[in-house]
Amino acid sequence: MAEQHCNIAIVGGGTAGLALATELRRLGVSGVTVLERELEAGGVPRHCGHYPFGLRELKRVLKGPDYARKLVQNARAAGVDIRCDTTVTALHPQARLSVNTSEGSYELQATRVVLCMGVRESSRAQRFIGGQRPMGVLTTGALQSMVYLNHQRPFRRPVIIGSELVSFSAIMTCRHMGMRPQAILEENDRVTVRQFMRPFPALTGVPIRFNTSNIRILGEKTVEAVAYTDGEGQGHQIAADGVIISGRFRPESALLYASHLEVDQGTGGPSIDQYGRASDPSYFCTGNLLRPVETSSWCWHEAVETAGRIAQDIATPIGGEGHVPLCSADPDIRFVVPQRLVKSNAPNAMTQMQLRLSQPVSGHLTALSDGKTLWGDYMSSRPERRILAPLKPLLKPDLNAPVELRVL
Amino acid sequence: MPDTSDANEPFDVAIIGAGVVGCAMARRFTIDGARVVVLEKAAEVLDGASKANSAILHTGFDAPPGSLEQKCIADGYAEYLEIRESLGLPLLKCGAMVLAWDDEQVVQLDGLVAKAHKNGVMDVALRSRAEILTQEPQLSSAVMGGFVVPSEYVIDPWASAHAYILQALANGAELRRNCEVLSGVFDRVWRLETAQGAVRAKQVINCAGLYGDVIDERLLGRRDFSIMPRKGQFVVFDKPASELVEAVILPVPTKTTKGVVIFRTIFGNIAVGPTAEEQESRTDASTDAEALKALRDKGIEMLPALADYEVTTVYAGLRPATEFQDYQITNHAEQGYITVGGIRSTGLSAALGIARHVSRLNAGVEFSGAPIATPICPAPDRLSNYHPRDWESPDHGGIICHCELVTKREILAALDGPMAPTTLQGLKRRTRVCMGRCQGFYCTGPLATLTEGRLDPALGERDG
Ligand SMILES: Cc1cc2nc3c(=O)[nH]c(=O)nc-3n(C[C@H](O)[C@H](O)[C@H](O)COP(=O)(O)OP(=O)(O)OC[C@H]3O[C@@H](n4cnc5c(N)ncnc54)[C@H](O)[C@@H]3O)c2cc1C
Ligand SMILES: Cc1cc2nc3c(=O)[nH]c(=O)nc-3n(C[C@H](O)[C@H](O)[C@H](O)COP(=O)(O)OP(=O)(O)OC[C@H]3O[C@@H](n4cnc5c(N)ncnc54)[C@H](O)[C@@H]3O)c2cc1C
Repeated sequence: MAEQHCNIAIVGGGTAGLALATELRRLGVSGVTVLERELEAGGVPRHCGHYPFGLRELKRVLKGPDYARKLVQNARAAGVDIRCDTTVTALHPQARLSVNTSEGSYELQATRVVLCMGVRESSRAQRFIGGQRPMGVLTTGALQSMVYLNHQRPFRRPVIIGSELVSFSAIMTCRHMGMRPQAILEENDRVTVRQFMRPFPALTGVPIRFNTSNIRILGEKTVEAVAYTDGEGQGHQIAADGVIISGRFRPESALLYASHLEVDQGTGGPSIDQYGRASDPSYFCTGNLLRPVETSSWCWHEAVETAGRIAQDIATPIGGEGHVPLCSADPDIRFVVPQRLVKSNAPNAMTQMQLRLSQPVSGHLTALSDGKTLWGDYMSSRPERRILAPLKPLLKPDLNAPVELRVL
Repeated sequence: MPDTSDANEPFDVAIIGAGVVGCAMARRFTIDGARVVVLEKAAEVLDGASKANSAILHTGFDAPPGSLEQKCIADGYAEYLEIRESLGLPLLKCGAMVLAWDDEQVVQLDGLVAKAHKNGVMDVALRSRAEILTQEPQLSSAVMGGFVVPSEYVIDPWASAHAYILQALANGAELRRNCEVLSGVFDRVWRLETAQGAVRAKQVINCAGLYGDVIDERLLGRRDFSIMPRKGQFVVFDKPASELVEAVILPVPTKTTKGVVIFRTIFGNIAVGPTAEEQESRTDASTDAEALKALRDKGIEMLPALADYEVTTVYAGLRPATEFQDYQITNHAEQGYITVGGIRSTGLSAALGIARHVSRLNAGVEFSGAPIATPICPAPDRLSNYHPRDWESPDHGGIICHCELVTKREILAALDGPMAPTTLQGLKRRTRVCMGRCQGFYCTGPLATLTEGRLDPALGERDG
């Protein structure tokens, strides 16, 4: 098979991949190539036809598609080689990729690879939503791509399942083409978003049903209704011609699972160290591939920081032999990033770890190693909120045993 | 191509139903020299029982010795291996293991091995617990014993049946979809009333699967069996999980079911199922969360590492079971009518053998053409994960479905080729588009554009 070379190969041309590539060029790194499987780069924002994108990173408020275009322009202007219609089909040790394009396949040997494949919503099947299998059951992402990129309307009166932030995007996307959501069905007893966003669905006039269970989709060819059981055990049916399955994001990590790289069960993404390196240090990872799920703006900043580490690693290798795991030892803590702590004095390490909870929790968030408390602080939080905690107290020179996180 | 508008020239054979059995039947009779028409109620072939199964090519090791089912499975199995290369059909030579998980099941192993040998499957052999765990180290150590069935294989349940009917079509048969058979009268030839007008044929073969009894009732005015649909649900895990196990993992069967199986699919996944649930409806293949969770748990119990893998999809199929154990194949020779019914849980394996059996039953009947010595072999759908795929050869026009790596060239080939799908379901079965882990998250948009004006119902509509 044909072989090609580049310096930094970036898999995925969404927010993170483009921001990272542009920053690398700004830092004087040459041979920066973005591999994007879609016909256009830009990632998820390409099909988020709503505000607000870009406020912090571009200092203006744009709709998703304009934001995506701007990121592509910036990358091109900085001299990034963006290759679209280019799918990475396998990851190999030491920064080597199998690549497929409509013209044919090649192997790409880089000095560093950066994985920026993003997240997607979990599907109906993954949530075990029962019933028949008619057409017209879509995730928000699929709906957005149909509406904003292909100008097609899959249904007119959908039911939305899930009330994470993205369900509001689903409502706005529906409105864009005159679809009228009939209801939002939520398993919990409240909306799964930050406080200030809670009134939103009510403002749009879409009723929310809480404490729903046993959701079933009815209809043979196309959706006819959605059935569910309410908190009192009463059965209901809502007439509808479509279903939007929203939220429950998962990193797009199919390539990872099939590769030599370690995957973290908590995030579903790669297991990385405090420099953003995967278990093979020729691979860096950033953006929403790291975990579900942050905003574009967050991913942009994260990617820019990661670029700094890569530039640094090329100039003076970060090194760091061996690692100790950083992990959750508490079912209330859903995941933590990073998952590996290496001993290295290289500058630019992450200063904070990111955590998410599996349920509302109040208590002392504590990091323990070998029975000793390394750090602790009071915390009261909820699953939809990002939690940041300092990494520095954990990076003791004599650290040898795994660091476990608990809420005490 | 035979001229079908000529009402004076009846078909030699009208086959009712294009499930895997009808497809194999169409191929057999076309090769035998008959002018064949296949009448299918649905918009696509394989829309009934054949829509969803475990895709295991059974040896018939556990079929009742001396039964028609056992004979058809053995013949079907042999013929599949014979023709599969010429038709470009894949085979996953994985073998199977029947495992006992408690003392009660252990006791049955000897008898099952003896039965397999009686059925001519001579390579079936007992294995100790240690041998089993050496061969399949990821299995739960709770396993107590079992035996191997080295020649149970996995195939592509759709590409195979599609290849049979496509071969029939390429060699002169005709397929009418959306063509439900409503009634018929026999007066030396059959005149069938269908949703698309009358069709005349010298012989009728009822391959209506889940509606086998209904068709007998409509055309013969009586039924010799009643279909009792038995649903089977499945949970399919992500592709990387397929590394966990090589062989098909079968339990010791009970009277009514083969039990919950763990098997790799030819598409590179690993699946757990089916359930066995009796029901009235012949169409409702609903899944339900409880059963799916139980299946996932059962899978994890047998193969603990499955717990670390994501579910890709779930599905359910309906077996056309009857009150009888064996297939219900009857030649009503005086009425030019053959019933092929109750092909409940082994029809994929047995289809080619069933077709041969029916062809033999029919030996005395003359057809308008001569047997075809070297039938045309049309290009197959190449969907196996274990064989070269379309995306691996250049100029594929771009990848539309990223999870299953389905190319634009493949989709257009299906949409422009013979027996073009007219529904998303049909297109999925021909190309695997939308069948991967994202279940349409990425490909729905581009697919809606690519298929515009070609599918009914359409994926979407435009304004204005
Ligand atoms: C449905 C949905 C709605 C969202 N709405 C918002 C919102 O309104 N506001 C907001 O701030 N954030 C939103 N997000 C979060 C979103 O993930 C971030 O905005 C941002 O896009 C993350 O950037 P990223 O680069 O990590 O991933 P992405 O933007 O997803 O980019 C990943 C890129 O990698 C490519 N790729 C993946 N695998 C391969 C491969 N094997 N080969 C080549 N290319 C590959 C993909 O095609 C894609 O272009 C949403 C996410 C989803 C899924
Ligand atoms: C859960 C499950 C697992 C299985 N696993 C396996 C396995 O691993 N290996 C194996 O070998 N077998 C397996 N099977 C069995 C196999 O799938 C069936 O035996 C087979 O599909 C039966 O095919 P058929 O053609 O007889 O019926 P069908 O597929 O039901 O075909 C009948 C066709 O007739 C059409 N029809 C009905 N009425 C009319 C009418 N009035 N006019 C025109 N057309 C009509 C229907 O639309 C349908 O397309 C499994 C089955 C199930 C459900």
